[in-house]
Amino acid sequence: MTFRAEIIITLKEGVLDTAGKAVSLSLRHLGHQGIRELRMGRVVAVTLDTPDEASARTMVETMCSDLLVNDLIEEHRYSLEKI
Amino acid sequence: MRSTVIIFPGSNCDRDVLRALEEHTNGSVTPVWHAESNLPEETDLVVLPGGFSYGDYLRPGAMAARAPIMEAVKDHVARGKFVLGICNGFQVLTEARLLPGALLPNKSLSFICRPCHVRVETTGSPFTCRYSMHRVLQFPIAHHEGLYFLPDKEIENLEKNGQIIFRYADTKGNLSEASNPNGSKNNIAGIANAKRNVLGLMPHPERASDPLLGGTDGIGMWHSIQSWIEEREGK
Amino acid sequence: MGYSDVGLSREEYDALVEFLRREPNETELRLFGVMWSEHCSYKSTRPLLKQFLTSGPTVLQGPGENAGVVDLGKGWGLAFKVESHNHPSAVEPYQGAATGVGGIIRDILAMGARPVASLDGLFFGSPEDGHSHALAQGIVKGVGGYGNSVGVPTVGGKTFYHEGYNKNPLVNAFCAGIVKLDTLVSSQTAKPGQKVLLLGAKTGRDGIAGAAFASVELSEDTQQSRPQVQIGDPFTEKRLIECCLELLEQKLIASMQDMGAAGVLSSSSEVASKSGVGMILDLDKVPQREADMQGWEIALSESQERMLLIVEPSKIAAVIKIAEKWDLDCTEFGVVTEEEEYVLRERGAVVASLPPDLIGGNAPVIAWASREPEDLKMRSVMPPLTPPENWNELLLSLLTSPSLGKKNWIWEQYDSMVQTNTVEGPGKPVSVIRVLPSENFVAFSMEADPWKCFISPYTGGAETVAKALRSLAVAGASPLGLTDCLNFPSPEKSPQFWELEQCVAGMAECSRVLECPVVSGNVSLYNEYPGGRILPTPLVVAAGLIESLDSYVPAGKWSEGDRIFLVGELEAAFGGTHYAYARTGSFYGPLLPFDPEKEKDFCTRALKTAAQGTATSGRALAGGGLGVALAREVIACGLGLHVAVTAPVHLDAFYFSEGGPRAIYAVPPERVQDFLEIWKKFPLMELGTVRGTHLHGMGAFNLPVATLQKVWEE
Repeated sequence: MTFRAEIIITLKEGVLDTAGKAVSLSLRHLGHQGIRELRMGRVVAVTLDTPDEASARTMVETMCSDLLVNDLIEEHRYSLEKI
Repeated sequence: MRSTVIIFPGSNCDRDVLRALEEHTNGSVTPVWHAESNLPEETDLVVLPGGFSYGDYLRPGAMAARAPIMEAVKDHVARGKFVLGICNGFQVLTEARLLPGALLPNKSLSFICRPCHVRVETTGSPFTCRYSMHRVLQFPIAHHEGLYFLPDKEIENLEKNGQIIFRYADTKGNLSEASNPNGSKNNIAGIANAKRNVLGLMPHPERASDPLLGGTDGIGMWHSIQSWIEEREGK
Repeated sequence: MGYSDVGLSREEYDALVEFLRREPNETELRLFGVMWSEHCSYKSTRPLLKQFLTSGPTVLQGPGENAGVVDLGKGWGLAFKVESHNHPSAVEPYQGAATGVGGIIRDILAMGARPVASLDGLFFGSPEDGHSHALAQGIVKGVGGYGNSVGVPTVGGKTFYHEGYNKNPLVNAFCAGIVKLDTLVSSQTAKPGQKVLLLGAKTGRDGIAGAAFASVELSEDTQQSRPQVQIGDPFTEKRLIECCLELLEQKLIASMQDMGAAGVLSSSSEVASKSGVGMILDLDKVPQREADMQGWEIALSESQERMLLIVEPSKIAAVIKIAEKWDLDCTEFGVVTEEEEYVLRERGAVVASLPPDLIGGNAPVIAWASREPEDLKMRSVMPPLTPPENWNELLLSLLTSPSLGKKNWIWEQYDSMVQTNTVEGPGKPVSVIRVLPSENFVAFSMEADPWKCFISPYTGGAETVAKALRSLAVAGASPLGLTDCLNFPSPEKSPQFWELEQCVAGMAECSRVLECPVVSGNVSLYNEYPGGRILPTPLVVAAGLIESLDSYVPAGKWSEGDRIFLVGELEAAFGGTHYAYARTGSFYGPLLPFDPEKEKDFCTRALKTAAQGTATSGRALAGGGLGVALAREVIACGLGLHVAVTAPVHLDAFYFSEGGPRAIYAVPPERVQDFLEIWKKFPLMELGTVRGTHLHGMGAFNLPVATLQKVWEE
């Protein structure tokens, strides 16, 4: 089966997000009001071939813990769809 | 004293470090490719040099920390031998969990290259035993992600255990915000592990090891490591 | 598809048909559309460039290869070149600048040299213009982002602001490398039977027809051109550098070319043409990262970080092994043939078959009309100028003006120290690196003077080259060679072509008189858009040799008690000066004529001054004239000077005029006799003795050094 996973990785609460602050400030200067909070992150989009959905999920989690996410400073969530 | 410098794809400062070690230590100096599984026999000091290993892609040092040679480096650490991580090397050590913490983007969000000053916080380490306490050293910095971060509780432990080895200071030794180039917590420029056989620092001592190039404060570090090893290991 | 669809003129098409003795097929037509574009063929400027002195005792390789090479002694050479990446930077500033840096580094690598230093010449629009400001930020980040990652220190540069660059920023990337002469690469050494390999990144559709795009003025829908911008990957480039150097060290390559504009096509046809051989290339063997690429797309793609290798069949396995170590694709896709025909095949079928010489050369020269601009005389007329009311304010405003002010915000974003050979980094009149293998030092000076080039292109062009060589001479560096980048608007407008002609003539004359050959260079035309054009902007980088630091004269190193001398005319001229611009809002005014004898005399004496160690500090006068030079020295050393002379000239001319060979020296009292001996019969004036806490020009400014330093720092 082929799955597409989209993993969103952001800094944990409590870790200073300097980039997020700078971008939110720029947006406000451009006239966007009402921005309460802005966090910058990264997206990893990966297409996987696995026997089933459960193993796809396991694979995503393992990739995150092996390399993609530094759990000292980052947290993640992901979506998975069969394609 | 036998030194080994690890070269990752994208390391830039390996040749600079090799030269500084050849100039200022009396033993053999060997470059080792990241794909090797073993360090040269009887290596005393492993250096992870600065640069942009793996282009700094994903997170600086993240992929290098998982390179084949790192198993041998972890082993080397467990046996009480010495590792020095400079700049990108420091980032690799944190990613490899050989040192606590993480290096985040500089507060200014820009790459910063300039001379800077650090204060020696302890002389009871293999890397600083030849310096005097609270001596102010001039080491250049050149990095984009040098903001040292650790949750407050854990920073307290580092402080208590005397694991902070260098802090950003002004020329008089004062720890001020102005003297902190990247926003690191507690002005931390370099830390050691609990056993103090692993040091990571963002500034570049190998760039302050030649009178021609505007600074010689780094020479003390090479001499410190050498004398520590010689005295304690009878080499 | 017709010839105009690929950017060729009727005349060019006819010439092509005549050369081929047949009509070109569609693929061939596309190939010539790119190769005969201005960017690739230099069709508008080839006759002009012939005026340059290109040979001399220091030259090992003149123009015609990927970079020029000069002799450093002890079997080592310095390869260097400057190249523009202007149009892409206007569209995507970060990537445009980044790939500009990447491209020039590969040109140096292609000579077999390890890249050891970069400089960047940046020309930005008015700081007040929001769009320009955004471009400037992006460009600086791009230069740093690529250069830092690839491990080549950026040791200097030049930055200049003018509204003419608002929509046409200029990015001129310079790189120098060190090469062991017995591994110097040539494009003339390919032999029949050798194989053609592609090393590096996979090929995509980046920059298809990017070269042609560079030759066309930016139109209103530049936003649509985004897909044409190449994306750089410095990590791959770093691996490419280390891999190529390893291949060269082990003598595994017969020849090598960088893949820049018109990628596979231009690099391979160049080797074929220069080596007097033919080639057969199978385009479908080229590793591709996009689906369904057509032959011409593969041939013209400007995907970055790729090199062309020519390899003896017996060495291919070894080459691939090293490529694998560095995780780089390395694929054989062609062969060098005896028959001088350049053949491209796709899935076995021939899609193009051309004489190699025709592709890279022989684009018919275009003799554009040349006519003196109507407003030329007006450009030398200065608006009326009275001496300033507040000299202090004036000097401080010059020191903080965008073009003259502190540029740390730029160069602190660049790693200037990696490779631990930087003796003098950014922010100084010359940059100096140590060269360990040849046990000496190289100094670089990058210069441009668009204002003066607009007022009088001949004099401005000469002054540009002279400024660079004067700085080298004062520093004690004997000239090795020059590289130039000619940034100009459209040559199709006759006054603009006249400016180009005249600038080149002036540059050529100065380089000839001062015996500094032009070993490489680049031309970028069509820098304009409907409603605005850039000033004529020739940029040069001069490289000089310093045998030992005993004969290096730095700037900013005054000592208490040193006597300060001004050598050169007391008064230059107000045309094209920062002073006139600050006071009147216009830079128009008369220029000092170029005086070849005086320039030569100056450089000879300056080199002697350095060789005999008679000065502790020296600075050639340039932007802002004597006043700004004194201020810069005082700021650097923290010591004051009281200029006790009542200048027998107008004070504002004395302090702020520009042009001609002039310098200030700090001479220790015990060396004054020797110094005066060297400079006898040359215009000279003693200004005062270094002491105190103020910079005081009697009748003019009087400022505490601390204030100057504080204002400079902000």
